[in-house]
Amino acid sequence: MTTTAEQETMLTPEITAFIDKWSDKPGNLIMVLHRVQEEYGFIPRQAAFEVAAVLDIPLAKIYGVITFYHFFKLTKPGRNQIAVCMGTACYLKGGQDLIDECERILGVGLNTVTEDGEYSVEAVRCIGCCGLAPVLTVNGEVFGSVTTKQMRKIVDQFEGK
Amino acid sequence: MAYKNYILVCAGTACESSKGIALYKELEKELKEQGVEAEAQLVKTGCFGFCEQGPIVKILPDESFYVKVGPESAKKIVAEHIVKGRQVEELLYDKEQKGQSSDEIGFYQKQQRIVLRNCGVINPEYIDEYIARDGYAALEKVIFDMSADEVVNEIKNAGLRGRGGAGFPTGLKWGFTKDAVSEQKYIVCNADEGDPGAYMDRSTCEGDPHSVLEAMSIAGKTVGANQGYIYIRAEYPLAIERLNNAIAQAHEYGLLGDNILGTDFCFDIELRLGAGAFVCGEETALLASIEGKRGMPIPRPPFPAVKGLWGKPTVINNVETWANIPMIILKGSEWFSSIGTENSKGTKVFALTGKINNSGLIEVPMGTTLREIIYDIGGGISGGKKFKAAQTGGPSGGVITEEFLDVPIDYESLQSIGSMMGSGGMIVMDEDDCIVDVTKFYLEFTVDESCGKCAPCRIGGRTNYNILNKISKGQGTMEDIDQLKVLAQAMRKASLCGLGQTAPNPIMSTLHYFEDEYMAHIKDHKCPAGKCKELLNYTVVDDKCIGCTACARVCPTNCISGEVKELHVIDQSQCIKCGQCFDKCKFDAILKG
Repeated sequence: MTTTAEQETMLTPEITAFIDKWSDKPGNLIMVLHRVQEEYGFIPRQAAFEVAAVLDIPLAKIYGVITFYHFFKLTKPGRNQIAVCMGTACYLKGGQDLIDECERILGVGLNTVTEDGEYSVEAVRCIGCCGLAPVLTVNGEVFGSVTTKQMRKIVDQFEGK
Repeated sequence: MAYKNYILVCAGTACESSKGIALYKELEKELKEQGVEAEAQLVKTGCFGFCEQGPIVKILPDESFYVKVGPESAKKIVAEHIVKGRQVEELLYDKEQKGQSSDEIGFYQKQQRIVLRNCGVINPEYIDEYIARDGYAALEKVIFDMSADEVVNEIKNAGLRGRGGAGFPTGLKWGFTKDAVSEQKYIVCNADEGDPGAYMDRSTCEGDPHSVLEAMSIAGKTVGANQGYIYIRAEYPLAIERLNNAIAQAHEYGLLGDNILGTDFCFDIELRLGAGAFVCGEETALLASIEGKRGMPIPRPPFPAVKGLWGKPTVINNVETWANIPMIILKGSEWFSSIGTENSKGTKVFALTGKINNSGLIEVPMGTTLREIIYDIGGGISGGKKFKAAQTGGPSGGVITEEFLDVPIDYESLQSIGSMMGSGGMIVMDEDDCIVDVTKFYLEFTVDESCGKCAPCRIGGRTNYNILNKISKGQGTMEDIDQLKVLAQAMRKASLCGLGQTAPNPIMSTLHYFEDEYMAHIKDHKCPAGKCKELLNYTVVDDKCIGCTACARVCPTNCISGEVKELHVIDQSQCIKCGQCFDKCKFDAILKG
């Protein structure tokens, strides 16, 4: 890698240190992708290129893996990520209503970011809090037994934070 | 006891979200402020299972069981219970019964906790607490007192079967790998709990991580493996944190790593994160994912026990199966096989969810009936509604109807009535749930999660989903039912892996038990449960409408007309059936049906 490329690298020293730790372990690609997404909230194209170079894995294979798994994102999510659980228990108890209400409040559909970049909403598989159904998370914080009426308040408390 | 009281606070994911952490901090503060720090020890524990009632606080030695404890109650608990020794009645689960302990609560009475033995008892972040409960004693026994054959035979005789769903005898699996000749072998824990509506593995990893580590080490010693992997969902951050913490502690204590307990046995465990693919619960797909590849299954045989991870013999078991192992080694196969039914030994953990009063995580002996689970443990259907069906086995399973409430539950009995054990999700449905809608939900799931490798699953699943979608819109025909059945058979026979083979199960099961409900959708264009939006009509009941205009104001398409204090009318051609008028009306003047 040339000096200029190094200046623009998306692999921060922390990510590089992580890759170094994992470099001689077989099957490390998914763990490295997790680390990249932890940093950026998604896998930027440039980062995928650099991972390909560092790990010596064809880019096509890397995209094959990224697109296979639901967890990996190719576009930047909102600053606040709302995830509505659509596991069976949550579905039966009105998960879809929560999604509808969320879309109504934010004015965007699923997997789309609001214009100001503040929010994005996604439907996720069971997050394992079925006893509290219906459940949603905002930036990983779990909210249980949510009603559509509480939606606005939950969303608002993250505005601008 | 050094302390007079022990205050156990649940720190599982569910209780944490109900402000369990704030409660813990508040209790800590109050103990200090009220000067009773030396009298009570505060312990963060794993899941009690009674998630619906969280956050939960249990106080020992008198086993007072407090539910829905908010941080604001901390002061009172310390002042009353710890300082004065009086129960805080208003926080007890059953306020009628004074002096009640957790064992007396219906939710726990019929349970038997083997897998969840330490959940809600110990602090999962301290290895010492696990060791104090006979932790790692089984590993010691295996290393010093038992031969590999003895271990395999013990597991075989115990009759333990895989808790991931298929129910393959665990001892046999271990035997195959033990006998396989290879310099390198692997141990894998499947913690990729993909079944929506099941969370027993998450709770076990969060509440008792060392039980999994110990069991994997036992298997490593038995079959001759030196490396283990735990494949866990990235969606379970707390479980990942606790497992990593447990691995580090086990290293410190010489219970993992090189020369375990001073012997030449070396074994290490590493975490590998899943990335949201249901198919990775299938063992060959899971192994592909650990190898860093797309999680696509390959045909079996050869089975992973002989040719698994990187082509080497691999023992792969699910979290719940692993958690049983130390107990079997310590207490013996005879003890374990005395629990359960003839062919299904031990207990099973279920995530009891849906339309049930006491939603939570339960563990019962095999052979318990659904009636006992739903009514004695679960406290019946919420809102006094009528029981319709219980769904087990998730997207691969089927429904159990009222007539089978008294069937003792085990692997065989569930299969004979068209469902399956699965990983342990048990979702209770009431009369408001539409069977076509739920089946469509499961198909949508399996279609989305199909890896696309084989045509029967990829195309068959999609076609079946389209048909169900048609039926739910009232556009289905009788030919569609035949088509569903034909495709279901084809998928069962021709799909490559368990996902495709079992994806039609919800269809076959619901068609069998609820054919009339399908017919109502097809012939009468009605959804008896009132769930399928396209088949609903909202109308105003003439003599109940007082003309308050509330419905008209809330209607997003402005299709409700009428003057103040006069009868309102819904324009059916403009109605999008959102149901907002129905929810808004205080006079029951909107009829849904």
